[in-house]
Amino acid sequence: MNKPKKVLVLGSGAISIGQAGEFDFSGSQCLKSLREEGIETVLVNPNIATIQTDQKMVDRVYFLPVNAYFVEKVIAKEKPDGILLGFGGQTALNCGVALHDKGVLEKYNVKVLGTPIEAIKATEDRELFAKAVEAAGLKTPKSFAVTTANDALIAADKIKYPVMIRAAYALGGLGSGVCRSSDELGEMARQALANAPQILVEEYLEHWKEIEYEVVRDKFDNCITVCNMENFDPMGIHTGESIVVAPSQTLTNHEYHRLREIAIKLIRHLGIVGECNIQFALDQNSDEYRIIEVNARLSRSSALASKATGYPLAFVAAKLALGYSLIEIKNSITQTTIACFEPALDYIVVKIPRWDLKKFRNVSRRIGSSMKSVGEVMAIGRTFEEAIQKAVRMLDIGAEGLVCNDFSYDIEEELTNPTDERLFAVVAAMKKGYTTEDIHKRTGIDKWFLYKILNIIQTEKELIAAAAENKELEPQLLKKAKQLGYSDKQIAIITKTTANEVRQLRKKHGIIPFVKQIDTLAAEYPAKTNYLYLTYNGSEDDIKFTSSSKKIIVLGSGVYRIGSSVEFDWCCVNAVFTLRQLGYEAVMVNYNPETVSTDYDVCDKLYFDEISSETVADIYEKEKPEGVILAMGGQIPNNIATKLTELGVKVLGTTTASIDQAEDRQKFSQLLDKLDVDQPEWEELTSVWEAKKFAAAAGYPVLVRPSYVLSGAAMSIAFADADLEQYLEKASKVSQEYPVVISKFITNSKEVEIDAVASNGKILIEAITEHVENAGVHSGDATMVFPPKKLYVETTRRISEIAAKIAAALKITGPFNIQFLAKENDVKVIECNLRASRSFPFVSKVSRKNFAEIATKAILGLNVGGLKIDAADGISYVGVKSPQFSFTRLKGADPLTTVEMASTGEVACLGATTYDAFLKAIMAAGFKLPEKNILLSIGGDEAKVKFTPYAKKLSALGFNLFATEHTELFLKKNDIPATMLHKVSEEKSPNILEYLTGSKPFYEKGLSKNEGERLHLVINIPAAFTKKELDDEYVIRRTAADYGIPLITNLQLARLFAEAITAVKTDELEVKAWDEYS
Amino acid sequence: MVANNVGSLKAKLVLQDGTIFHGKSFGADRSVPGEVVFNTGMVGYPESLTDPSYKGQILVLTYPLIGNYGIPKSGKDEHGIPLNFESEKIQAEGLVVADYSFDYSHYTAAKSLAEWLKEEGKPAIFGIDTRQLTKKLREKGVMLGKIVIGDSDVEFNDPNLRNLSAEVCTNRKITYNQSGKPRIVLIDCGVKLNIIRSLISRGCCVIRVPWDYDFLADKKLDFDGIVVSNGPGDPKMCTTTIKNVAAAMKKEIPTFGICLGNQILALAAGGDTYKLKYGHRSQNQPCINTETKRCYITTQNHGFAVNMKTMPEGWEELFVNANDGTNEGLRHKNKPFMSCQAHPEASPGPLDIGFLFDDFMKVIK
Repeated sequence: MNKPKKVLVLGSGAISIGQAGEFDFSGSQCLKSLREEGIETVLVNPNIATIQTDQKMVDRVYFLPVNAYFVEKVIAKEKPDGILLGFGGQTALNCGVALHDKGVLEKYNVKVLGTPIEAIKATEDRELFAKAVEAAGLKTPKSFAVTTANDALIAADKIKYPVMIRAAYALGGLGSGVCRSSDELGEMARQALANAPQILVEEYLEHWKEIEYEVVRDKFDNCITVCNMENFDPMGIHTGESIVVAPSQTLTNHEYHRLREIAIKLIRHLGIVGECNIQFALDQNSDEYRIIEVNARLSRSSALASKATGYPLAFVAAKLALGYSLIEIKNSITQTTIACFEPALDYIVVKIPRWDLKKFRNVSRRIGSSMKSVGEVMAIGRTFEEAIQKAVRMLDIGAEGLVCNDFSYDIEEELTNPTDERLFAVVAAMKKGYTTEDIHKRTGIDKWFLYKILNIIQTEKELIAAAAENKELEPQLLKKAKQLGYSDKQIAIITKTTANEVRQLRKKHGIIPFVKQIDTLAAEYPAKTNYLYLTYNGSEDDIKFTSSSKKIIVLGSGVYRIGSSVEFDWCCVNAVFTLRQLGYEAVMVNYNPETVSTDYDVCDKLYFDEISSETVADIYEKEKPEGVILAMGGQIPNNIATKLTELGVKVLGTTTASIDQAEDRQKFSQLLDKLDVDQPEWEELTSVWEAKKFAAAAGYPVLVRPSYVLSGAAMSIAFADADLEQYLEKASKVSQEYPVVISKFITNSKEVEIDAVASNGKILIEAITEHVENAGVHSGDATMVFPPKKLYVETTRRISEIAAKIAAALKITGPFNIQFLAKENDVKVIECNLRASRSFPFVSKVSRKNFAEIATKAILGLNVGGLKIDAADGISYVGVKSPQFSFTRLKGADPLTTVEMASTGEVACLGATTYDAFLKAIMAAGFKLPEKNILLSIGGDEAKVKFTPYAKKLSALGFNLFATEHTELFLKKNDIPATMLHKVSEEKSPNILEYLTGSKPFYEKGLSKNEGERLHLVINIPAAFTKKELDDEYVIRRTAADYGIPLITNLQLARLFAEAITAVKTDELEVKAWDEYS
Repeated sequence: MVANNVGSLKAKLVLQDGTIFHGKSFGADRSVPGEVVFNTGMVGYPESLTDPSYKGQILVLTYPLIGNYGIPKSGKDEHGIPLNFESEKIQAEGLVVADYSFDYSHYTAAKSLAEWLKEEGKPAIFGIDTRQLTKKLREKGVMLGKIVIGDSDVEFNDPNLRNLSAEVCTNRKITYNQSGKPRIVLIDCGVKLNIIRSLISRGCCVIRVPWDYDFLADKKLDFDGIVVSNGPGDPKMCTTTIKNVAAAMKKEIPTFGICLGNQILALAAGGDTYKLKYGHRSQNQPCINTETKRCYITTQNHGFAVNMKTMPEGWEELFVNANDGTNEGLRHKNKPFMSCQAHPEASPGPLDIGFLFDDFMKVIK
């Protein structure tokens, strides 16, 4: 076999809706697979928080945007002989196609490994795909590919409404939707065509089942399907938005194997080499099927399938791309059988997506054919009921399971127009007396799933009846409830006792979960697997336990959501690496299928299960480890710290009492007072009246924030009494068990953070980062610069000093993060988290000092010793971290950054200057540098004055400036030429809307496309914190998001942008590998 | 409406080594003995239960959720072959599962699995840790066992001491697709109906005869080739079949053996067979064609295997099992004989090696 010597792998960039952590998992497996072959690896990926960009995974990393421009430069420099496009999601695939089309790959003689470009194109271009399927004698939905909105309308007339539209070359079904009328279609088609060159108008298969297969093929034509999956939600709801089970549950042998056969036939016809995913629609009432699509790359579904079966799809796909045959690769779980087989499962897997729609103002909560979810969970059980109840709890949305929740719904509306809460509405409907038939008719959900849900509800009734008898629960009923996935807490709620009492009762009756292995062969062969889950549907453990002082449990970060994502997985994986290096047995607990930490060869044992106090204690009691590390996984493990201690679990590192002292705003503020550390004026809220009194005394604006939350959930700035009332209600809902605190909001203040590790209250290492945006933008949405460039020496000195005081007072052992406000040299503490933070991987990688490793050693009590290290010491370059927003996907959401976090991911780039690193970082987060036309809409005189010199810079660079009425007047006064555009509501031309959409505005009927000028960048700075953004400004921002036009809404960011683009030209941006910065 | 398991009778599975698994009954109220075997396929319980190769056996399904799509209606196709099933009745002695779905959902379903089992007088248990049971069978090998419903106990009974083929095969000659070509004599040792369907769909006339039918002596019988079917139990019990096939081989009549037929071909050629520790019963067995190195995913259901070392000169291995290296098929170097241990007719399972029927058609021509 002629193996390449040096291979370039393209990563997927920032985490966004539709493209999440699963690509860190697939990329990491790919790199492992290549390294095993002795191949030199080069990776382009600006997602600095990933494991794949760690030194131990790859030979060379470029933190650069994954686009043809930068990748060409990397190719020219590195001269790889092969490139892999299938491991970085749609981003990598699109980039690869662009490189091929531009002739770059040919020019530098870089061979595409695995699936050839022609096959990729045949799956990506809808028309080519339909032709290929037809040529293979198979069926796709009736469809027409169109490039204009008019042609879309003509096509729809042929197919008949409702029709479905889909965009070509788009991830996560972006620009897809169901249209029931020509009006709807016209608007949706125009929006989709703004983001994609071509769309497809097709037959809408309402309520057909949606089935997927993961297919693997080698170049010798051996072809297998590793896993099939069935969507709980029928066609019409994107598979990324659907509850999914594996294997399929309602398919007969005939259906299962017929679709498998079709899948193999098509994949052979297309000539895929490696891994791909194929989606089918299957009629619920006949033998009719349609092939919906093929993804010729690793995908979210393939990550799920890998975790669901234990079959390492990405690892195998990389080997096949190198030219191996499936029969030459071992089954890495059994070590005795081969990779050419199809796993047999003896459990069921349920995946549920996690949405964060409550965080967005104005967003539509309907779910449908394009993705809105930001993460997902996977639960394993031996009954469907067990798995789905686990999964619901894993979502961490406050649900105890399918029942025992205090939610209310407009049932009829939810059933017909599903939102993120549809599953709970189904439960509510059943309780109201809807029959399974009623629900099936409205939702299209197969009755089999509904019967199982009903079984859970009926068991709740049995528990209620038993509780009414006022006796101890019968063990049979208790066991049945556990077998159907009831948590101790659920049972406690129903029987009006406590979770702990339920726990004691079931232990008294010997009702404990058993540990089962995932072995790919349903126990047919002995397996060395360490991939485990808990179930009450069993009667023995698959493994034997040995107590060891050299064994430690690490709690993972759980579901990805806004505010907690791949960065915490990076911390966990590094903790596990460190433990193993030190000779400890590392036991991982996590349930997120998109993570590297749940790759079973990362740790010594993997429990793919809930991170709840109940489950962790169950595992702890079986494993008897030295202790549990929970500081690496972010907020979810931190939240159960106290309960774990109560259950007798030994928590390593900072004590749970200290964690509570930092998390509880009230206690923490008192501590600061005691330490004589300055903080914004604050008060614990007891009543709305008290709150108003505080606000009146301190002066508006004020900040309202609950305790124990992540990503500023329900945190808001109130400008008047009315706001205050509204926010207080929201805050008290989010965190009922903990107090809400109100504090003075300080305007025009810089925000600074410190990430650090301490041992016994003494700081070992610290890194201070500055935010570009002033306070008022959540730290997760802020642009961060490290080492800081614009801080006074005195400010950093004070920050260090305060951090040392707090570390000592709380006797911190392990990682922590403190956020500060800095105005002049005045420094105030706003919050402190006694856990790893979102910016740990960023500061670790920029400084090349691994904070997670140091923290793990500190937690173990090892002498990491010596003097305090300032991570910024000796760094001559700079790292800039930029947020990635996914507003385009969140229909209706206001794309404005506030105190509540909204970004879904982040990237970071390095450069000799802040400007260089900043421009690369925003481009890596999808920002297209403007060609020509920039709209300025600056609210308030202060901001206008502050921005004037920067507007001048933009004008001097030759940009055409457009402006809203007042801004234009202001610019004119300052001799800056700009074209005035009318507000949307004025319905007058020239209007902002037509320059945003490129089409005639709504008040001039018709669909003809305006070939005139389009805006390339919108700078909209809302008037300083007025209560309600004007509707007009919302429309500008929203339309910009809908049409993919870059948007800046923060003054400091806009200024930095103008400075940077003036200082550095695009072709001067550095193209240097990580190791070249020293 | 939800049926639930309240009132299900207590039931247990007792193994020869004394292990007892407690569960609840969802089938017929009758206790039975048998050889306990497990199958790891995730779909196809109607097909598996009617597979005559399970005669004498208690079937354990490792996939825990069973009964989901009910049981399809019975009926017959244009050739008089029952639709949807692999024989006319449930052949397995009993069924053991983890989680039975009392409610089913499928447009083709006519009844529940429980109703069907009761109609056919077959007991079934749910609520068993089938993974624990499977591991035991894997470690100790298949063993005798019994399903005991309520208090009515039965004795253990080893089905391998009987000629099971004789119990399950047709008792008379049946001709399907009379006008078809080529004409195939199908020796029924417990044939799965999809073998007949697969032959008919390739245009064959199928003359199905009992396991011990002396087709060479039947002078009126005009045929072009022989298919030796699958079937239950130890191939060495089929002495008459082995003798008849050996005689046909001497005449160099094209012959295709499937599963038990593979073993009978080996025995007829002078080779030997042996019992596997726990057999191959699944839908995911990888078989490598020794010549092309192509790998196929196959359905298997057998407890015995051919010892390749005992095969006489002229025979070669057509397929080998990629997991454990056991024989998966035979071919004669210059005579028209071929066989496979896996099931080209699938049902249940993947359709990867359906082409073997086509290959046999070429052999006949």
